[in-house]
Amino acid sequence: MFRTALRNVLAHKARLLMTVLAVMLGVAFVSGTLVFTSTISAAQKKSSEKGFTGVDVAVQPHRQDSDKGNPGDAPKLTQRLLDQAAAVPGAAGATGSVNGFAAIADKHGKLIGEGFDSTGANYYPGTGGKDARYPLKSGRAPHGPGEIALDAKTAERGGYKTGDTVRVSVDGPVLEQKLSGIFTTDDGNVSAGGSLALFDTPTAQKLYGKPGEFSEIDVKAAAGTSQAALKTAVEKILPADAEATTGKQLADEQARVIAQNQDMQRNILLTFAGIALFVGIFIIANTFTMLVAQRTKELALMRAVGASRRQVTRSVLIEAFLIGTVAGVTGLLAGIGIGTGLRSLLKGNGAQLPDGPLVVEPSTIVVSLAVGIVVTMLSAWLPGRRAAKIPPVAAMNSVHAVPTARSLVVRNSIGGALTAIGAAVVLTASGTSMMGLGAAVVLIGVFVLTPLLSRPMIAAAAPLLRLFGMPGKLARQNAVRNPRRTAATASALMIGLTLITGMTVIAGSVQQAIDKMATSSMKADYVVSMASMTSLSPDVEKKLAAHPDVTASSPVRMSPSRVNGDFKNLSGVNGATIGKLTKLDFTAGSFEGLSGDKVVIDDATARTHHWKLGSSVPVTFEDGKKGTLTVSGVYKGNDLMRGMMVDLRTIAPHQSEISDRQVMVKTKGGASESAKETLRKALGDNPAVQIQTKKDISNSIAKGINLLLNILYGLLAMAVVVAVLGVINTLAMSVFERQQEIGMLRAIGLDRKGIKRMVRLESLVISLFGGVMGVGLGVFFGWAAGDLISKALNTYELVLPWGRMGLFLLMAALVGVLAALWPARRAAKLNMLSAIKAE
Amino acid sequence: MTTSPYGVQTAARSTAVAARATDLSKVYGQGETRVVALDAVSVEFRQAEFTAIMGPSGSGKSTLMHCMAGLDTVSGGSARIGDTELTSLNDKKLTRLRRDKIGFIFQAFNLLPTLTALENITLPMDIAGRKPDRQWLDMVVETVGLSGRLKHRPNQLSGGQQQRVAVARALAGKPEIMFADEPTGNLDSRSGAEVLGFLRNSVRELGQTVVMVTHDPVAASYADRVVFLADGRIVDEMREPTADAVLDRMKRFDAKGRTS
Repeated sequence: MFRTALRNVLAHKARLLMTVLAVMLGVAFVSGTLVFTSTISAAQKKSSEKGFTGVDVAVQPHRQDSDKGNPGDAPKLTQRLLDQAAAVPGAAGATGSVNGFAAIADKHGKLIGEGFDSTGANYYPGTGGKDARYPLKSGRAPHGPGEIALDAKTAERGGYKTGDTVRVSVDGPVLEQKLSGIFTTDDGNVSAGGSLALFDTPTAQKLYGKPGEFSEIDVKAAAGTSQAALKTAVEKILPADAEATTGKQLADEQARVIAQNQDMQRNILLTFAGIALFVGIFIIANTFTMLVAQRTKELALMRAVGASRRQVTRSVLIEAFLIGTVAGVTGLLAGIGIGTGLRSLLKGNGAQLPDGPLVVEPSTIVVSLAVGIVVTMLSAWLPGRRAAKIPPVAAMNSVHAVPTARSLVVRNSIGGALTAIGAAVVLTASGTSMMGLGAAVVLIGVFVLTPLLSRPMIAAAAPLLRLFGMPGKLARQNAVRNPRRTAATASALMIGLTLITGMTVIAGSVQQAIDKMATSSMKADYVVSMASMTSLSPDVEKKLAAHPDVTASSPVRMSPSRVNGDFKNLSGVNGATIGKLTKLDFTAGSFEGLSGDKVVIDDATARTHHWKLGSSVPVTFEDGKKGTLTVSGVYKGNDLMRGMMVDLRTIAPHQSEISDRQVMVKTKGGASESAKETLRKALGDNPAVQIQTKKDISNSIAKGINLLLNILYGLLAMAVVVAVLGVINTLAMSVFERQQEIGMLRAIGLDRKGIKRMVRLESLVISLFGGVMGVGLGVFFGWAAGDLISKALNTYELVLPWGRMGLFLLMAALVGVLAALWPARRAAKLNMLSAIKAE
Repeated sequence: MTTSPYGVQTAARSTAVAARATDLSKVYGQGETRVVALDAVSVEFRQAEFTAIMGPSGSGKSTLMHCMAGLDTVSGGSARIGDTELTSLNDKKLTRLRRDKIGFIFQAFNLLPTLTALENITLPMDIAGRKPDRQWLDMVVETVGLSGRLKHRPNQLSGGQQQRVAVARALAGKPEIMFADEPTGNLDSRSGAEVLGFLRNSVRELGQTVVMVTHDPVAASYADRVVFLADGRIVDEMREPTADAVLDRMKRFDAKGRTS
């Protein structure tokens, strides 16, 4: 039987190619998604992972949220503590580090890298005067307040050589530092595309902390001392607000945090891999069903000459195994290529993805091969069994695969029930997981219902098809001749388009909502902040307020406080100008006369504490002084504006260190490129400071959405390729089954063009059917999800992206046209006489 | 000179030629696999005449019909439908010729299962985008006895009824000539007789020209004239055939085949 199966595989090369291609693409789709997911995850993990080798015990400040101490106090890790830690029994040495944000400008004054991954730290010379973490490639370690060292990658990107002057900004003012040396590092953030600048320890301490203090002290254990023992020893010398952690604990904690941060993204990508798997399985099953149907006669002949049912089934399965193996392996390779290509494609389009090596996890290989082989065999098994049941007389019969006359009643009932249940869940869902579940059920329900839906929907296209005369009419009728097959073909396209339309609808609506929020809550022309979202020097606010073009400005100054017993930031704003810079929706009171002990709160805070206009709010300021504020306004908070706002002068006496989160600015001429440039110049052309208009703000919020959308479009492209293949298969099958009819049509006077047109239109009808269903379902999901989103984003309302939707339908049509190229040619070239005589 | 009720002069039969083959050759393959299917065949099919082409398997009778009907290319000689030389036409023109001037009836009915009987009958005209001649169509439908079944689909009709639809389809476009390829091959004898009766009536009463390939002497006896083919050549001809006479003639082929 094996030899027969093998011969069968080889005997029909074209058919073989089609099947292998279908399986291969299914596998490639799945493995591509998996490779992409794991590569991105690994890169992200790396970027946020610090090396914990060489760290046996780390000492960090630990702010305790208790009544002891003042909210503004941070524990001090001094040089004395470091020396003590280095001297505890079992310690081999200690390193102190200070780090924070350091924006590096390239030679054109532009920020290198993204704000959040531009870091700065201290060079801590250990024994031998060298810092083992940062081996120098050229030059020497930075020394004194005017020097800096850069990592090799950043230096290269900025075009800097040792001795050059580098513009650096840490919290506002621009520093001009001499590049003393270039070092290499295995810092994960740097290998993921970030930058690292090193200062000597006193300079870094001055820039980031307070002189003589560190943000972390790492203690190295002497040989033979365990991390736990060292920790116990170190803990004895620690002040109250510092905490010692073993390197292992830190690594574990870090891993946990990273996993948590990546959860959402991973879930989204895995959902996609799951859908990829589903579509993949589906296309493979589809292909094999057709393949076996095509061979009904051949298999019946085998039965007639004495093959048992089991043998027939087995021969089909062996064939499936061979195809599955070949296609699985090639598909996996193609998938790795797709995963890589997808990343470069997205990067090329400006998406921010972390750098890292290509990661092919063993599970990817296993899953891909399993999909290829197991799915192919499973999908072959059912039609194989059906084939085995073919009575031997079918071999003598002059009819091809008899179209399944099985009733669709059961199928329709199941589909209808699933759709109804799913829709009910979607419409009543109160959480995203319920929503997702409901959507999945609806999708499956509609998928089951597609054969039923194909008739009325394709019939609706009749008036258009009539324009194409007889070929149009025949195409329409052919498309509904085998509703199951048409439905199966259209579904592959439908699933992809449903997802993409749904996401596009939601993304578009969210974008609109954010725009609306930005424009409706802000009157300021610009918001000035650090690219890293770290705090701005108060200097910036002073410079802006003094600028002649600026008509109003206010910082948003953070002051950690305890309010009604809870730790909370008070936002200090300029009470006199804030009303001109914001446009908040007040439910009670206003910004009017915000000064003294007055506080303006958002509605969420008001609800939590049951405060209303005139309520007294007990506060402990950051220096520990207690006071009472009175609520003078309650506004509706949103993602841009929320929290408790007081006048700057209210918190000023309590602040020892001023940190501004952002500065809101209104200028004479309103927002314009030149005004922006003027402000930029006024702030010393600082790479670390970003000046954003309302539009910039909503764009930066929407950036994440767009990245996700880009990934989805990439995946959609794959789904489309798979769908094309499905349509080709179906058409090839139709042409094959109907060659006698085609021959007759040619004989009685339909020319080649007419035949081609008939096949093309059938293809178009099937593809557009899938497209319309997909876009329709996508809009439904987008609309239904809006209910959930509007709870979090009150400016949300459904925006239908007509242009994009049209584009998707056009793409579906293109799929149809492309898929029909080969089958239509084949049909037109059929030899009339042999087609008519064909049994 | 008698005139049929439909205005076609049956007297034209003896003069005008509907189709003519002159030294028509058809060769398949090359070298050792070379097979001569038609060897310089010359034959005329006159208007309003019912001709049967007979011959043993492999005699070239089907090939002759296919070449004359523009379904197959020829290797040499000439094939004409009316005044049109088929060998000089490209595929597009040939297709149009078949659509407008030729009617076909196949052994396997060859109806489109998605179309109703009426839609199948008007298919060639629908392809051409022409409106059928209503009066003629009604008459054809009446003649083949399908009046009550025009809305039925092929799978709701018996084999005989399906072939009658095929006959009506061939007739509906008022073709210059109709070719029938073993039209009774898939029918029981009663249905076969009906179909042959319609073909004969369409010649006698409607003035049509019919060329039929068959291996059945009874079917051939419905024709006005039988042309016998053997080894790609016309070897005999018989006018006003009877089933017995045709059978006897065919027996001689068999005998010859056995002895040679």
